[in-house]
Amino acid sequence: MEQAIIYAACAIGAGISMIAGVGPGIGEGYAVGKACEAIGRQPEAKKDVTSTMLLGCAIAESTGIYGLVIALLLIFVAPGMFIGNLG
Amino acid sequence: MKVEITGAKIFFTIPYLNIPITETLVNAWIVMALLVAACIWMTKGMKVRANTKKQHLAEFLVNTVNKWVLDNMGERYAKSSFPPFIAALFAFSACSSLLGLFGLYPPTAALSTTLGWSIMVYVMITYTNIRTNKLSGYLKGLTEPVALLTPLNIISEVSTPVSMAFRHFGNIASGQVVSALLYGALLMLNNALFGWLPGALGQILTTIPIAQIGIPAILSIYFDLFSSIMQAFIFCMLTMNYISAAGQTD
Repeated sequence: MEQAIIYAACAIGAGISMIAGVGPGIGEGYAVGKACEAIGRQPEAKKDVTSTMLLGCAIAESTGIYGLVIALLLIFVAPGMFIGNLG
Repeated sequence: MKVEITGAKIFFTIPYLNIPITETLVNAWIVMALLVAACIWMTKGMKVRANTKKQHLAEFLVNTVNKWVLDNMGERYAKSSFPPFIAALFAFSACSSLLGLFGLYPPTAALSTTLGWSIMVYVMITYTNIRTNKLSGYLKGLTEPVALLTPLNIISEVSTPVSMAFRHFGNIASGQVVSALLYGALLMLNNALFGWLPGALGQILTTIPIAQIGIPAILSIYFDLFSSIMQAFIFCMLTMNYISAAGQTD
């Protein structure tokens, strides 16, 4: 019974932690949209704009990646740890 | 049906020292051996005027990396021993992630590999910072703009290597997890489609998973090819940006 509760709680927590994926999605979409505008205005600067945009996207992505790491920990590591503590 | 998502397998443990030899370690050494072999092969029998394909390729690679470092960090670093470091980092990272294409466990899908690289880069950043601004300047930089923000500055110092490592690890590992889940789902679909067929026909069609053909390849283009090259590029780009920012006097 306790094990089932632990598994369920970890799964729900993993699902909730992936809400962190919303932010980077919006942010990266905005950044890419702005980059498209910049390229449309100045097509000769395409190379610089693209590499800067990719770098910015990678940095904006890190919060989403933190959420993913927490979710992976909750699914693969946390249940074993908590069940081990049950004794 | 069973979907197996595991970390690196432990092959054996060195006795007394208690060091586990994992798939990560073995595959990383395979990649290193391949890269060293490629370097030796390409630089063997070089001439002043390039007349072989491999020498043209080697010169192209070296020139590309030199120009890349020159564009991002300026003249001083492009002349130093920095481009070979970036080239090695990029090649190691990209080739490790690309191992996933061959069905091997990519070393970058383990946090220990990427955390090792990012700690190495962090040491280089801090060393450059201390060498440029002296120790007093570095410590003073932590208390800016007001002394009250020192704890937050220390947290942001620590978060640099952590975020670099997690970004690389998360992208590659999530690709592995999503691919494994997709394979499991397609196996279930295959069983649902053909499982009801009577007799030997149904048995043959369920043992050969036909639904798994083709569809994972499309996902693999993103997760294995695009993502691994992209993450190697971003890791090197961030390394260069951080180090050149640390090398600037204010």
